[in-house]
Amino acid sequence: MLRKIVDLFTSLKLTIVCLAAGMALIFAGTLAQVHLGIHEAQQRYFQSMLVWWPAEGQSFKIPIFPGGHLIGAVLLVNLIATHTKRFRWAWKKLGIHLTHAGLIIMLAGGLFTDLFAVESHMRLERGDTKNYSEDQRHMELAVIDTADNDLDQVTAIPESVLRTGRTIDHWSLPFRIAVRNYYPNSRLQTLSQAGTGVRPIANQGPGAMIAVEAVPRTTAQDERDVPAAAIEILPKDGGSLGTWLVSDALGAPQTFSCCGRQWKIAMRTARYYKPYSVTLQKFTHEKYAGTEIPKNFASKVTLIDPERNVSRDVLIYMNHPLRYRGETFYQAGFQQDDRATILQVVHNPSFLAPYVACIIVAAGLLVQFGIHLVGFARKRRTATA
Amino acid sequence: MKRFVPWIVLVVMAGWIGANWMPPKVDKDDVDLAKFGKLPVLVGGRAKPLDTVARNSLLIIHGKQELRLENGRTLSAIEWLVDVLFNAPVADQYPVFVVQNDEVLGLFGWEQSQRKYFSFAEFAPFLKQIEEQGDQADKLEAVQRSAYQSAILNLRNGLVLYQRLKNSVQLEGSQNFAAELKTYQANVPGAANAAAQAQRGENFDRAKLNDVAELIQKYEKISEMAYILAVPSADRSGDWHSVGDSLLHSVSTGKIHPIVFEYAQIGDAYRARDQAAFNQHVDLAANFFAKEQPNATKRTSFEFLFNRLQPFSQSMALYVLAFLLACASWLGWSRTLNRSAFYLLLLALAIHSFGLFSRMYLQERPPVTNLYSSAIFIGWGAVIVSLILERIFRDGIGAACAGAIGFVTLIIAHHLAGSGDTLEMLQAVLDTNIWLATHVVCITTGYSAMFLAGMLAIIYIVRGVFTRSLTKPTADSLARMTYGVVCFATLFSFVGTVLGGIWADQSWGRFWGWDPKENGAVLIVLWCAITLHARWGGFIRQRGLMMMAIFGNIVTSFSWFGVNMLGVGLHSYGFMQKAFPWLLGFMISQLALITIASMPLENWRSFAGERDPKDRQLPDEAVAA
Repeated sequence: MLRKIVDLFTSLKLTIVCLAAGMALIFAGTLAQVHLGIHEAQQRYFQSMLVWWPAEGQSFKIPIFPGGHLIGAVLLVNLIATHTKRFRWAWKKLGIHLTHAGLIIMLAGGLFTDLFAVESHMRLERGDTKNYSEDQRHMELAVIDTADNDLDQVTAIPESVLRTGRTIDHWSLPFRIAVRNYYPNSRLQTLSQAGTGVRPIANQGPGAMIAVEAVPRTTAQDERDVPAAAIEILPKDGGSLGTWLVSDALGAPQTFSCCGRQWKIAMRTARYYKPYSVTLQKFTHEKYAGTEIPKNFASKVTLIDPERNVSRDVLIYMNHPLRYRGETFYQAGFQQDDRATILQVVHNPSFLAPYVACIIVAAGLLVQFGIHLVGFARKRRTATA
Repeated sequence: MKRFVPWIVLVVMAGWIGANWMPPKVDKDDVDLAKFGKLPVLVGGRAKPLDTVARNSLLIIHGKQELRLENGRTLSAIEWLVDVLFNAPVADQYPVFVVQNDEVLGLFGWEQSQRKYFSFAEFAPFLKQIEEQGDQADKLEAVQRSAYQSAILNLRNGLVLYQRLKNSVQLEGSQNFAAELKTYQANVPGAANAAAQAQRGENFDRAKLNDVAELIQKYEKISEMAYILAVPSADRSGDWHSVGDSLLHSVSTGKIHPIVFEYAQIGDAYRARDQAAFNQHVDLAANFFAKEQPNATKRTSFEFLFNRLQPFSQSMALYVLAFLLACASWLGWSRTLNRSAFYLLLLALAIHSFGLFSRMYLQERPPVTNLYSSAIFIGWGAVIVSLILERIFRDGIGAACAGAIGFVTLIIAHHLAGSGDTLEMLQAVLDTNIWLATHVVCITTGYSAMFLAGMLAIIYIVRGVFTRSLTKPTADSLARMTYGVVCFATLFSFVGTVLGGIWADQSWGRFWGWDPKENGAVLIVLWCAITLHARWGGFIRQRGLMMMAIFGNIVTSFSWFGVNMLGVGLHSYGFMQKAFPWLLGFMISQLALITIASMPLENWRSFAGERDPKDRQLPDEAVAA
């Protein structure tokens, strides 16, 4: 039995099957991008163990194809297993070993990136200073203690916790938060717009005058979901302060007082705070004379890091990102007639893997095909001689 | 005698090309349009000769680089442009606009007939209607437009371009422009003075102000309309301005830029049919540029030469001829025909290379910057590798591949050129010579090799199934070539793909984003890996290798063109819908070849006589893995 399993995982046939499945998956996934958008197709086809049909809206679903993670993992196991079992040192095989070692680094690096890389955005208008970046695809419930005038104490509850509907009890808060309703995507209307018979889900703050309607999650590239929830504040010494509606669409945080202190709550895009800050000095958007073709986008920012005694100006532009403390800032876009810049902030601990892998694999292929070529040339010479 | 045939073929063809390259004879009494066409201007962000502007504009509007009039006379692009710029009433009568869509014709109450070219004058009453309809179509994505909408939008864009051209260096209908400018120059100081007085609330001469105000209104109009930026900045900053802008600027300086004057006098002389004055002022303008903009002038006169030589059309003809000779060599007279094909290919390659390097010089870029240049480069790379194969094997196969791929890729390039300037400026993110020179060159070299492997396989299948010429040695050497070329393709595709990832990491913040173009590239790498592993594992032999190499053509063409048609992602810089049927047709033809290849070997003419028609194995040394 074990032998059979070992044989299976070290067989060349499995390699070919995986590669072919990979091709089919990539082809299907690429076509699916036309309707689903790149992000959604990527989630369903490439960053999944299995591809499901139908994907949504039905009571049943069945797996119809292995997903990218599954194929990649099997291929990785296949590669490692084959080389462990059959490894024999010979100069003639140097090329093959190098190639496959490089591929292992690349596949493992890819998997690592998928699991640990964090992408976020920093949107800055001229003169803005921020010490955090935002993740447009994830929300959080921020509970802010404003007791200290200089420093806000923020307790952030990720959207994924809200979704479970559990009552949240955190040591930093003198109250518990009960999630009464949760909408992954919603539309907010005033009660009068919504018509008669519609009841609000909250009884405190502006939410008491707003109707919430659940809508299907969006798949369009340029839209995003508007999650909403009704939360009830339950002081730990008993009783209830009422229910608030929280949603990204509401704008400014809502205020309430509890246990003798003022609190603010808001549902907002998830923030990643940094020990340093970035200030936008100037954004430039050059075009070629007499055309609309963009020639360059550049953001001049000031980077201030009190911990490390850094205070300097940096120019971030096309193909020239800023790399600082494990994070990389790229010029990603602009808004409002060039008044605001959007920087993409990426934390990817394995970004070096592809660089290393590429060199190793290229060297391996060169050696391998070089050996073929030399052998072929020698053979021909003896044949013609 | 036979020994000399290849040389004779070469000399004859070289002579033919030399004859094509002779500059056209100019009548001494005619205006010197060659010199006029070399004048540098800025269009699309790049300094280029007027001749290029003429050719590209005519290509966009008319679909061709020359114009046949109804009386049978043929106008070159620059002859057309000089009328558009200086003699609009004449140019308005030329049948330049192409309309074939019957619904568009119906819009004007015209029935579809043999005629497909129409003049501006014919559309003049309908301009507003065309504008409205075109705007509606413009709001849709290219994929959503109906044939009518695409056609009307095309027409609208053509008309807009034409009208902007007409108002580029003077307001259309101007008669005595040079005289007008002189008045303007003389009156500007007085008017400026009067304006200052008016601002201070003093008495001022209203007539002086009015003289100039009228002209300023006119110049504002041409400043808005201008397509061509013809006037280099006086401060040598490298900026260019339109004639209108320059004239408006003159209000503050009190001086009119010399080039504006020269264009005005060239135009006046042209309308007056004063050949001497025309040539004289073109000379003055040329001298001005030679002194003030020596670099731009050098480049634009080279571009003018490049336009006239049309190196890619010349080498296209040679490739076809070489392909036919190489194929004929398999039927008989092999050595001679083979050699002739080889010499012709060297000539074709030399001309092809001249074109490729000229483009690099003009653009100051690595060879591949857009879809058009990728076609040129893929052909070039494949021809070089084929010629190396031909040098080693000397059996006409490399030569046939070189001829076929060289010809087909240049034809593809020719059809990709329809959208105007093929030396366009690059989007911000592409503006890096390091990555263009490494990633893009590697990827396109990979494409070249994939198509070459596919072509070798097609030769194997066609010769094997339909002729008796696929002998065992031929089959073996074809298999060896295909195998080697697939290895080559694997190397370049892989390195190119990963370099692309690294570039993406540098500029977009992620190594891999599952963008369609990236997926297309990785499909090629995967297909190469499957082919090689299947070969090494003994799952396929000679025939299987050939079938897989042909399928490689499908994968490569999907990666090259197919993904661009999806219209998603950051790479969709070369979006084109029209080519879709061609792509589909190509893919079907390749599938048909694979089907033919899968016929039992008894049905292959080359193997029909053999008693044991088993697939042959590749020789050991080729499968050393």
